[in-house]
Amino acid sequence: MEWYESEIIWVLIKILLLFFVIITGAGYYTLMERKGAGYFQLRYGPNRAGIFGIFQPLADGIKFLLKQETLPKNVDIYLFLAAPAISVITAVLLWSSIPFTPLIKLPVEVLGKSEVNLQVLNPNSGLLFLFAISSLSVYGILLAGWSSNNKYSLLGAVRSTAQMISYELSLSLSIIGVILMTGHLDIYRIVEAQSKYGWFLLTIPGFLSFFIFIVSVFAETNRLPFDLAEAESELIVGYHTEYGAFKFALFMVAEYINLITISFLTALLFFGGWNVPFFLREMLEGLWWGPLVGVLFFVVKGLFFAFLFIWVRWSLPRFRYDQLMNIGWKYLLPLAIFQIFLSGIYLYIK
Amino acid sequence: MVTDIWPVLIQFIFGAGFAALILILAHIIKPKLKKPSESHPETFECGIPFSGDARGMFNIQFYIVAMLFILFDIEAVFLYPWAVTFLKYKEIGAAGFILIEMFVFLIILLIGYFYIIKKGALDWEDPE
Repeated sequence: MEWYESEIIWVLIKILLLFFVIITGAGYYTLMERKGAGYFQLRYGPNRAGIFGIFQPLADGIKFLLKQETLPKNVDIYLFLAAPAISVITAVLLWSSIPFTPLIKLPVEVLGKSEVNLQVLNPNSGLLFLFAISSLSVYGILLAGWSSNNKYSLLGAVRSTAQMISYELSLSLSIIGVILMTGHLDIYRIVEAQSKYGWFLLTIPGFLSFFIFIVSVFAETNRLPFDLAEAESELIVGYHTEYGAFKFALFMVAEYINLITISFLTALLFFGGWNVPFFLREMLEGLWWGPLVGVLFFVVKGLFFAFLFIWVRWSLPRFRYDQLMNIGWKYLLPLAIFQIFLSGIYLYIK
Repeated sequence: MVTDIWPVLIQFIFGAGFAALILILAHIIKPKLKKPSESHPETFECGIPFSGDARGMFNIQFYIVAMLFILFDIEAVFLYPWAVTFLKYKEIGAAGFILIEMFVFLIILLIGYFYIIKKGALDWEDPE
């Protein structure tokens, strides 16, 4: 048996590729955020490391490695070290079930394969898998805050956990509109359904779903205007106050990977993923590299949402904590339930 | 099949390996200080000496939120299979039936929701 015939090798290659892409992606997202922050505030942002600050993420990484490592003496050491690892693992695991291309049918057989699927795993309950794993990311934050044995960390962690679980309700309910319209939990099929019926955003319940989804996502990822977990004027930086050097960097990497995941998931669920505009679709019909053009559109859509996070961060002030909980429980949750009624009736009539 | 998700296991190992590798690497190449500062490993508290510890009490409201979350999240899990099968029921012409079924479920859920709102379980202390 040749090496390329065994499936495990292909899975390893895909995972290595994925790792490279998302870790560098997270690095360059921090650059994008700092550049964005710079331009929103009429300054340059990082521009010393390479042209346009292109080597800044690399410089940051090296600097994190060379920092003095501190282990505060009151911490619970095992949990203290496990917490950033849990954050990173959950963030990375999310990517195993996100499809980013359709099946590519090659014109010739390359290494015994005529179809290429770049997804690591395609579970037919992809969305359920995603939500299951993303709920686990709460543990990283909660353990970090608790094991630090620092008042600010604990407050930040507890706030953040309460906030994340509150908004997870509206998040998981907002997806139901999308599932109703496709009848699948498989993200691949959800995107395929959109090539038939058009973007889900453009349907009436789909728009409401999208609105609830995007608001909950901002709270889920602890971004402004919902970044109560690290409200720096009250809590230093929240749950990772006691972390330094690369332990802190792991939290940052996890946070930015999560942001990228969410951006691309939004593009997949509501904006047609890799579907190209209708006038291009006929031109690309039958070409084997047609799907790759789709991937380009997908990346552009995903990057737009990545930019949206930065845009909102520098445009809106932070909410107060009671306001945040009120928005989640008293407005967003009833709206999400109403959205289920609406989608049900819409599909019944259609 | 459950066994089909083995790629996730490999990805998990990669993720854990990445985190472990980076932590060990950072531990190895960190700068060695001849005379580390005494106050450096103290727990941080705004520059003043740390008092007590963080194993105290916090607002009971957080527990209430956690409990309510479990209740409502289970409701959400019940809604997923319904949403997946809806189109199949529509094909055999039973869409109205399954729609009303779910409306009954949601209305019962909403009664509970209005009860906790009226009880003030979700009211946070207003700072003003």
